Amino acid sequence: MLEIRNLHVAVEGKKILAGINLTIQAGEVHAIMGPNGSGKSTLAQVLAGHPSYEVLEGTVLYEGKNLLEMSPEIRAREGVFLAFQYPVEIPGVMNFQFLKAAVNEVRKHRGLEEMDAMDFSSFLDEKVKLVEMDQGLLNRRLNEGFSGGEKKRNEILQMAVLEPKFAVLDETDSGLDIDALQSVAAAVNQLRTPNNAILLVTHYQRLLNYITPDFVHVLFNGRIVKSGGKELALDLEARGYDWIREEAVSL
Amino acid sequence: MAKANEFQDLADREYQYGFVTQIDTETVPPGLSEDVVRLISARKNEPQFMLDWRLQAYRHWLTLEAAQAEPKWANIHYGPIDYQAIRYYSAPKNRPKSLSEVDPELLAMYEKLGVPLKEREILAGVAVDAVFDSVSVGTTFKEKLAEMGIIFCAFSEAVQDHPDLIRKYLGSVVPYTDNFFATLNAAVFSDGSFCYVPKGVRCPMELSTYFRINAAETGQFERTLIVAEEGSYVSYLEGCTAPMRDENQLHAAVVELVALENAEIKYSTIQNWYPGDKNGRGGIYNFVTKRGKCAGRNSKISWTQVETGSSITWKYPSVILQGDNSIGEFYSVALTNNYQQADTGTKMIHIGKNTRSTIISKGISAGHGNNTYRGLVQIQPNAANARNYSQCDSLLLGDKCGAHTFPYIDVRNHTGVLEHEASTSKISEDQLFYCKQRGISAESAVSLIVSGFCKDVFKKLPMEFAVEAQKLLGVSLEGSVG
Repeated sequence: MLEIRNLHVAVEGKKILAGINLTIQAGEVHAIMGPNGSGKSTLAQVLAGHPSYEVLEGTVLYEGKNLLEMSPEIRAREGVFLAFQYPVEIPGVMNFQFLKAAVNEVRKHRGLEEMDAMDFSSFLDEKVKLVEMDQGLLNRRLNEGFSGGEKKRNEILQMAVLEPKFAVLDETDSGLDIDALQSVAAAVNQLRTPNNAILLVTHYQRLLNYITPDFVHVLFNGRIVKSGGKELALDLEARGYDWIREEAVSL
Repeated sequence: MAKANEFQDLADREYQYGFVTQIDTETVPPGLSEDVVRLISARKNEPQFMLDWRLQAYRHWLTLEAAQAEPKWANIHYGPIDYQAIRYYSAPKNRPKSLSEVDPELLAMYEKLGVPLKEREILAGVAVDAVFDSVSVGTTFKEKLAEMGIIFCAFSEAVQDHPDLIRKYLGSVVPYTDNFFATLNAAVFSDGSFCYVPKGVRCPMELSTYFRINAAETGQFERTLIVAEEGSYVSYLEGCTAPMRDENQLHAAVVELVALENAEIKYSTIQNWYPGDKNGRGGIYNFVTKRGKCAGRNSKISWTQVETGSSITWKYPSVILQGDNSIGEFYSVALTNNYQQADTGTKMIHIGKNTRSTIISKGISAGHGNNTYRGLVQIQPNAANARNYSQCDSLLLGDKCGAHTFPYIDVRNHTGVLEHEASTSKISEDQLFYCKQRGISAESAVSLIVSGFCKDVFKKLPMEFAVEAQKLLGVSLEGSVG
């Protein structure tokens, strides 16, 4: 589904990613872990197409197509989703209205008929139940005055309604208390299918207690320095990142 | 891919109403003199009192001009206007007697503008008084309205048919001495609309005037007067467009509203005069004086405006709250794109007891546009228990535009309650990126944000015009993001 080859990325002239190689197949969940500043969020942003990130070198193929040539909205319509670490507030726009606009853009792109407010409302109801979100948040302005947890849950709601093929969850666990973490993770697990793939970007292992990854990669200084199964995350939890640092230096 | 500055290259979309209509017109040579004033009055076969009023205004204007009293306090910038270079009268030849005699080319133009002038408007329930350059070319529904005692006609017609009403109310809200542009208008205005709703009558349809400036170098000086008698109600809508021209054109209109006891007037404007090109060349100077008087108890006047056109807008639709318990409202969306400038707002003058006013102003700036809200809330000594609520919000698109707010508050009665809220927000790259990541293009994202921003004002517009206003805003902002 996704094939990243030798990806080098700079932001404001500073090189952050220095040769990422990563292949993700449909049905897989990958976790990217790493200390602060290792480039985790940069990877998430560059896959989504944020204009501030400059690709210096490398390729990203998404379903065989050149992802880096697509505009951010085309990537989204093609099924690439990013759950933001810091979801922004959109003034004056109702959450419901925003979700409907987004879903219809994606449907149009896929050659499906647009949904009217009635159809969308019942479609949305199910998704809201799935992510256990407070219905009241639908009639509020998008992310305005939402608590940290509400914002994160709303991101997962968007993932549920947009039904992406490839989703990147950037630090979705940060700012969630343990109950919220469990229920958000449960929602993500329900959204796992053999046809989609998920990339979890996280600093801590605790999210991985609830969403079991197939692969864990450790990012350090803009490179993947270690890959393994879910037990690698436990290792990191027990031993911290220092040994990775030492290993990376000795490489 | 979109680069750091998403907002450059604004409004590549051309102005849609920039066509010129080929019609035989009768115009006077450029220039302003007593002779021109007399000529306008004579062409219109006006009674003596009208000529006298015009001449008084003209003589007063000369003193203002000599004193260089053209208002300079607004936050707008333009070169000197040569008042001798403007034509003060332009009219289609062969004035039609009825709609069927109206020049087909003119009717075709109204079609193009989407003005419902024929059968369609019967379904739409809109009566239209169309003002083309300086004279009114046809009024629909006049007979039907007449059955209810409602007078809705061209101003010049009202001067002929209802001189007593004109004499009584003309200048009663905006006297000819009011300000430089209002004085000029009083001297040379050529037509406009007049509406009179008798006691206890609720006007069953939206009344509408469509203004259009066609002839080159012509200033349009129309004058509208609406009188709502005791217990009556009327909703009035004006829409404006003008062809594209490289030179600037002056539009100095006056609107006067009078609401007597228990009467209500709702006045909505969609102003889409030619805004100039994207480099700021050409465009209309929209210098307009609009004021309503809540003369009777429990009366209400409500202004709603959507200002997207004109290179410069200078207008402050105001309400004098004279009657006890009277209500004044001002709802405004003003958009400035490219090099447009707007200095607009309102004045709420509380004179009577228990008077209330509401001001909701939404300014949107894009490109190099400059948007200023300027408003006065005055509570006079006898206005016990007056209340005002003001909300002024600004939205900025890009980093080359400006938003300014000048609220003036003058309270002379300690029982008054005033609230003022203001906010400024900017559509950021991160917000646009967030929307794009959800599959929503930058343009749709801006339009979502802008319509959310304007919702409080749009819901005050008559239904069909709310849709039009939303579309207009979309068109005006097209190309404002990369």
